[in-house]
Amino acid sequence: MKIVLKNLTKIFPSRNKKVGGEVIAVNDFDFEIPDGKLIGLLGPSGCGKSTTLNLICGLEPPTSGQIFFGEDDVTHLPPENRGVGLVFQNYALYPHLTVEENIMFPLQNLRGKDRLTREEMQQRVRQAAKLVQIDQLMDRKPSEMSGGQQQRVAIARALVKMPRVLLLDEPLSNLDARLRLQTREEIRRIQQETGITTIFVTHDQDEAMSISDMIVVMKDGIVQQIGPPQEVYDDPANLFVAQFLGTPPINVFNAAVKRETLYIGDEAVLEVPGVGDRPVSAAIRPEGFIPKAGGRFVSKLERVEVMGRDTSVVSTHPESRNTFIRSIVPANAKLAASGERVSFDLYPNKVFIFDAETGERIRFKLKDGDAQ
Amino acid sequence: MKKNDLKGWLYLLPAMLFLGVFMVYPLFDVLVYSFEEGYNSASQTYHGVGLYNYAYVLRDPYFLQAVRNTFLLVIITVPVSTGIALLISLGLNAIKPLRNLFQTVYFLPYVTNTLAVGLVFMILFKKTAYTDGLVNLMIKWFGGQSVDFIDGPYWAKMFVLCFYTVWVVMPFKVLILTSALASVNPDYYSAAKMDATPGWRVFTKITLPMISPMIFYLVITGFIGAFKAYSDAIALFSTDLNAAGMNTIVGYVYDMLYGNSGGYPSFASAAALILFAIVLTITCMNLLISKKHVHY
Repeated sequence: MKIVLKNLTKIFPSRNKKVGGEVIAVNDFDFEIPDGKLIGLLGPSGCGKSTTLNLICGLEPPTSGQIFFGEDDVTHLPPENRGVGLVFQNYALYPHLTVEENIMFPLQNLRGKDRLTREEMQQRVRQAAKLVQIDQLMDRKPSEMSGGQQQRVAIARALVKMPRVLLLDEPLSNLDARLRLQTREEIRRIQQETGITTIFVTHDQDEAMSISDMIVVMKDGIVQQIGPPQEVYDDPANLFVAQFLGTPPINVFNAAVKRETLYIGDEAVLEVPGVGDRPVSAAIRPEGFIPKAGGRFVSKLERVEVMGRDTSVVSTHPESRNTFIRSIVPANAKLAASGERVSFDLYPNKVFIFDAETGERIRFKLKDGDAQ
Repeated sequence: MKKNDLKGWLYLLPAMLFLGVFMVYPLFDVLVYSFEEGYNSASQTYHGVGLYNYAYVLRDPYFLQAVRNTFLLVIITVPVSTGIALLISLGLNAIKPLRNLFQTVYFLPYVTNTLAVGLVFMILFKKTAYTDGLVNLMIKWFGGQSVDFIDGPYWAKMFVLCFYTVWVVMPFKVLILTSALASVNPDYYSAAKMDATPGWRVFTKITLPMISPMIFYLVITGFIGAFKAYSDAIALFSTDLNAAGMNTIVGYVYDMLYGNSGGYPSFASAAALILFAIVLTITCMNLLISKKHVHY
C-alpha cells in the first residue's frame, strides 16, 4: 500500500495563551512512500517524527493536509478503520495477559462480518507468532521475557490484524547493543516476508541507514531530504543532513571560496569549479582524506587510533568546528607526518560545501565534468 | 560479625521496647484476660481458667446483635463504597476542565470530623416534634411515608448507618483510585484504540486488571475498617447503642469495659479476640481470592 502525505501539518497550541509559542511539530509534509518499502523516519529528538507517525496511524488529527493510503483518503478515518498496525516504543503489551492472549487481543475485537471463530483466531495467532519466531513462548507473560522477545510479541500483535501499513516507533531504543543489531535484521526480514509498507521512527542514523529502502531526514518538523540511504549520504542537501548521517561524523570547517578554489584557512585545498567567491562551510567525510606527503590539507596530529581494518587519524585544525578532525584511512596507508604535521589530499566527491549562513548545499563541478 | 550483631540489636532496642510495651504485651494480656473466669478488675483476682468468657459472649444477645449489625455493615458498605468510588474516579479521570475542583470536593469529607458529619446526618434524617427532617420532607414531596431514621425501624437505622459509612470512607477510595487510573500508561489505551477495542472491553480487559492491586487494597482495608466501625454508630445513635439495637462488635467491647454494663475486661477481651478471628479469616479469604484475580 502506497502512502501519500499531502501538505501535512500539525500544530500543537501553546499551553499558556499569554506567553504564546505554539509548536509546529510537522510542517508542510509532502511526500509519497512507495508500496512495500521499509522507510526510516530519521531525525534528532523533538523533530516531529513520532508526531508524523501518530498522524499516519490516526492517533492525532492533522491541523491541515491530507493522508492517502493507496487511493483512499484516510485523513479523517479513526485509527481502527485505517488498517494500520502500530508497535509502540515501550511495546505496550498488556502485562496481565500471556503472549497468546496479547496477540489474539486485536482479533477478539472484530465484530460483524469480520468476526472469527476461535480456531481461525488461533490459526492467525500461530502464524503471526511463527513469523516473528516466538511460537515457543505462547504461555509466557510479558514480564517473563527479554526486551527483544517482547518486541517480537508487539510486532506479532500489530501484524495479526493483517494491516495495510506497519508503523514502528523507535523499535530498537529499548534494546541493548547486541540485540539491536539482531532485531534490526529481524525487522528487515519480517518486512520482506510480509511485503507490508513499513515506516519506522528512529534517531539513530546507523539503524535507519542499515535497513531502510528509503530514509526521510527531519529537523524541526521540516523534511530535509528523502532518498535511498546511500544517496542521501553521498549527496546531502544541506549541512544538517551531512552532519546527521555518518559515523564518525563529518568534519566541518569555516572556509571560503576564492577564484573557484576552496580555502580552509590560508590553504587552497580543492578546486571547486563553478562557485563564486563567498564564505562557506566546508564538510569533509572522514573517508575523504588521502594521506600524502606534501598534500594540500595540513593539520596538527594528535594521535592515531588503530581499529584493525582501518586507522583513525585524530588531528586538529584552527578552522575546524569540531574539536577533533577524524580521518579514516586504510590500515596499510603510510601517514605523511613530519613532526606534528600531517598532510592529506582530498577526494573531491567526499567534500561538500554549504552556504555559510543558510547551510544550503553549494554544488561544484567534479573533474570528470559531472556536476557534484 | 558478632559485634555488628550486637550493634544492630542496640539500634533496634528503642523501637522494640516501645512495641513490646505498647503492642505485644497488651495483645498478650488480652489473650490472658479472655481465659480468666470471673476476673475482678478492682481486686485483680479471678477464680478459674477456661472458655466460659467466650461461651458467655457468644450467648449474649447484645453481642449477637452487634455481630449481625457489623456483618451487614461490612457486606453492604465495602462493595457499595468501592463501586461508587470507582465510578466517580472513572468520571474524574474522563473530564479535563474542573477536575481539580471536583477532586477537592470529593476529598473534603476525608478531612471533616466524624462527629460533625454525624451531627449533619442527624439533622438530615432525625424526626423531632417540630420537624420531620430534610430527608423525610423530600420523601413526602414524592408522596412517600415519613420514616424515623434515627429512632425508627431497624432497616431505616441500618440504612442511615450504611449511607453514613459509605459517605465517610468514599473520599479515600476516590483518591486512591483516581491516582491508580492516572498511573495507567496511556499507551495501553492508544494500543487498544488502534485495535478497535470496544469501551467495555477496554474497561474489563485493560483498566480493571491494571488497577486491580489498588482495588484489592481498598477492599481489604475496607473490610478491616468496617469490622472495626464504632464511632460512626455513636455519632448517629449516641452512646447507648445496645438500647438502639445498633451496636457493633467494637462497640460491644467498649461497653463491656466502660459502658453502663461495663467493668468486664474478660468478656471484652473474649469479644475482641472473636473479632480478631473473624477479621483474620476474612482477610485470608481475600488474599486467596486475590491471587487469582489480581495482576501485578
